[in-house]
Amino acid sequence: MNSISRVAGPVVEATGLPGVRLFDVVRIGGQRLTGEVIRLDGDSCVAQVFEDTTGLRVGDPAEPTGGPLTVELGPGLLGSIVDGMGRPLDVLAGVPGAASGHSAAVPWQTADPYVPRGADPPRLDRDRRWRFTPAVEIGDVVEPGDVLGTTPEGPIEHRVLVPDGVSGPVSAIGAGEFTVTDEVVRVGDRPVTMAQRWPVRQARPVRGRRPLTRPLVTGQRVLDVLFPVARGGAAIIPGGFGTGKTVTETSLAKYAEADVVVYVGCGERGNELTEVLQEFPELVDPRTGAPLMQRTVLVANTSNMPVAAREASVYTGITIAEYYRDQGYHVALMADSTSRWGEALREVSSRLEEIPAEDGYPAYLATRLAGFYERAGEVECRCGAAGEAGTARIGSVTIVGAVSPAGGDFSEPITQNSLRLAGCFWALDTSLARRRHFPSVNWTRSYSQYPVVGWFDQHVAADWGDLRRWALALLAQEASLQEVVQLLGVEALAPEQRVVLRTGRLLREDFLQQSAFDEVDASCPPAKQIAMLRAIHHVHRALTDALERGVPARQLSELPALAELGRMKAWPADDMAHRCAELTERITQEVQAL
Amino acid sequence: MTTASLYRIGNTDVSRIAGPLVVVEAAEALAYGDLVDVLSGQGPPRRGQVLEAAAGRAVVQVFGGTSGLGRTDTTVLSRGRSAHTGVGRDYLGRILDGAGRPRDGGPEPLADEERDVNGLPLNPMVRDHPDEFIETGISAIDGLNTLVRGQKLPIFSGYGLPANELAARIATQARVRVPGGNDQDRTEDNFVVVFAAMGVTRREAEFFQSRFLAGDAARRTVVLLNLADDPTIERILTPRVALTLAEYFAFDLGLHVLTVLTDVTAYAEALREIAAAREEMPGRRGYPGYMYTDLASLFERAGRVRGRPGSLTQLMILSMPDDDITHPVPDLTGYITEGQIVLSRELDRAGIDPPIDVLPSLSRLMNSGIGAGRTREDHRGLADQLYACYARGKEVRRLLSIVGESALPAEDRRYLALADAFEREFVGQAGERRSLEQTLDAGWRLLTDFPDGELKRLKPEFIARYRKGGSTP
Repeated sequence: MNSISRVAGPVVEATGLPGVRLFDVVRIGGQRLTGEVIRLDGDSCVAQVFEDTTGLRVGDPAEPTGGPLTVELGPGLLGSIVDGMGRPLDVLAGVPGAASGHSAAVPWQTADPYVPRGADPPRLDRDRRWRFTPAVEIGDVVEPGDVLGTTPEGPIEHRVLVPDGVSGPVSAIGAGEFTVTDEVVRVGDRPVTMAQRWPVRQARPVRGRRPLTRPLVTGQRVLDVLFPVARGGAAIIPGGFGTGKTVTETSLAKYAEADVVVYVGCGERGNELTEVLQEFPELVDPRTGAPLMQRTVLVANTSNMPVAAREASVYTGITIAEYYRDQGYHVALMADSTSRWGEALREVSSRLEEIPAEDGYPAYLATRLAGFYERAGEVECRCGAAGEAGTARIGSVTIVGAVSPAGGDFSEPITQNSLRLAGCFWALDTSLARRRHFPSVNWTRSYSQYPVVGWFDQHVAADWGDLRRWALALLAQEASLQEVVQLLGVEALAPEQRVVLRTGRLLREDFLQQSAFDEVDASCPPAKQIAMLRAIHHVHRALTDALERGVPARQLSELPALAELGRMKAWPADDMAHRCAELTERITQEVQAL
Repeated sequence: MTTASLYRIGNTDVSRIAGPLVVVEAAEALAYGDLVDVLSGQGPPRRGQVLEAAAGRAVVQVFGGTSGLGRTDTTVLSRGRSAHTGVGRDYLGRILDGAGRPRDGGPEPLADEERDVNGLPLNPMVRDHPDEFIETGISAIDGLNTLVRGQKLPIFSGYGLPANELAARIATQARVRVPGGNDQDRTEDNFVVVFAAMGVTRREAEFFQSRFLAGDAARRTVVLLNLADDPTIERILTPRVALTLAEYFAFDLGLHVLTVLTDVTAYAEALREIAAAREEMPGRRGYPGYMYTDLASLFERAGRVRGRPGSLTQLMILSMPDDDITHPVPDLTGYITEGQIVLSRELDRAGIDPPIDVLPSLSRLMNSGIGAGRTREDHRGLADQLYACYARGKEVRRLLSIVGESALPAEDRRYLALADAFEREFVGQAGERRSLEQTLDAGWRLLTDFPDGELKRLKPEFIARYRKGGSTP
């Protein structure tokens, strides 16, 4: 008999499931809770269950499904919110379409506020009809990854791809409106629908990987200028609580120049996802004019949802991201927070009584993290002979993972293992956050290894790289001078060092600090970023010149006009060059008058 | 409730009793999470819960303590379901024990229905984002770390610091302002307090009862008490029963509920005790690896639900052992909650009341609750400016001990003076209750001596409109 033999939290042991494979999905108990096989031992198998196991007893049934955990891919994902297993949360609440704004009136009073157990609704809306425009003709020979046709989905054109394992001549084509389960094209004798399934733990194949030389412009000055992330790269944001990880992640989700954003709320606060759900439909993507929600997919496993589904949520998110990448789009995936996923691994591992490695995390932690971060990349999308090399679709997945280190201490395993994998380290700093210096990215600890500064030189301003180097050097110099000041006071410094202190303060307060809540300053286009930096650089030169003429450093650093640089943030981007030139000219004159 | 007919199954084959755990053999019928009654030859029946159900044996944690239990005369009776509590309006005004039974000598309250104390996760789709400003009358909170309805905000305290006084003040002074109007919505009819004490001393319990159950307030308060010398493991149930009641009041009856949980550190110790008894792999400082998940399953039960009028706001008090904010309990709590109010021993010694250290304090939901139409248009900028000035002033203060005041530039001296005045006049307010306008005005007064150019976080028009007195060009 196939039945449960042991229940301990999210881990359930069952016997009598011959033929079951590792990572196969099993249905547990009378409510048919979803679980995933994580160990096979003789006649028994151990599953982690993605739902609360309270009430399960020995002898309850367990049933194999014969396949691994998959996510259903197709039009309708954009603008939706799903849980870790990919179940649509609006459908679970009894208010289908509420997330995407697709259905008209929402009777919230009748909604079920709680996530029920054992529910297994269809992932994509079965009734919604999509206009399908074919891109192939009868007789065309297609291979996996080729575009069969398109349908408009929010701000993008959703490309219906030949699924894995299907190839041959196109034998029938539909045109018109279809649901996701209707046949739209027949390849050989295989019907193809708009909805496809893909196992979440398996990376989707690509034709080839491309070098990472273009930045993902984020609109955040400290990130774009000092520590830029490449399109297709990976960045991590570690920081203690209250340092602004989530605010940074949502700012990126709002303003990063991506076609599609997948936001994975992994073991974090429910209210934060609600904020995204309520705010994003109101915000307009300046690049497409469509509401931001329409380019966003939310994957929600809040901290009170079952712990095992935390791992599934990360994989569900990255699989959805890869799916849009394969259509030729640039996707940004925000994972907040990867530490909760690691802790879920630790909890399940400890219930399995595995030998722990560092801090109780399982020894395979690094392998799992690598398997996730390595799914980032800019790729030539998979396609058949139709796509000649060089003309193939290009897509990318950029991963930005938040890390919540215990006690804010970066030496813990998740931060350290993620550092090995990500090319960008955006270290958030508790002491900066306490001074309300946001984003609290520490400029001496953070780094970027991506060679993308050249792109800014070519496409934004030729002096981008030079100014960046200058700013980094000056900030480093200021940091070491601050240490002297802490010991001896500012009077111990040489005059030119006092000017460095003053400019350092200008850089910190008037350039690096950026308010995520200010209408104008929340996002800063690259041209405005460099104009602001250039202005500060001009002023620094004027101060240094005046010093050489013998003006006392104290008089220079207390010059009231310097405060006006703080107003640059509020200026509109299109008027920037003109106003900056005017301001620097005025300050230079005042400095020269001293 | 305790008639034998309710029990489904009895198990008598106890093989092991260790710490809070009882292992029962041949217990196939016990389900994971089942509430059980443990009957012994001696003493009253105790409650327990199934922690592990395996072929042939089950592990049961006993809430009432295991002392006096014997292997041969102990019977474990299952109620065939997980721990439940009655919920209903009749619970208001009552004092219950840590497991939800009457402690005030009164009869069992009339329950409208029975609910699973573990609750179910709120669907984020159905949550409503909290944005209703709660005026607590305390400047450091209203001005700089604004609380909103549906928020979960802990008070990080240390032993000997007045966290209880602060929590009681918030609970008794809190008002909600009607947007756009000057009148205060007193909300006495639809405002209730659920107070759950875990491992507090008798003295603390009496303090809270005298504040919460005095006069009219008693009608709208439920008190659950698990005292320091009550069975430790019962603390696992206390917040769950409290939150189940609170959810019923908020989302079924449409009331605005403030839940005060104290002390989270004592609760975490009960978790650790069970983990140790089960010989689980200990995490930091011996706390179990799943403590984050466990605490989240409590704290996430705050919020608002779309289409329903009520709200569930949580205020938790936790003691930081040795005032260490990186201790696992405050650390994990800070990752779950929507900010934190941190009390400072240094301010307390200086006689600042309440001794709130605003720099490490934070309210994550502040932004949605303030600004034009909610509080005042200058609120965000003023708060940011006060933070920035105070942080700089504290840095100057550190420098002062090295170089002496005479060596400080005039600018630095201004920040130093602000830091002192900020602590004395803005944070410190003793028993006074300040309206939001009084709080904001107190903030503006501190900025009187600053040149406009230094006030980078404030829009020039707000400086012109709200700063009275000596502004320098």
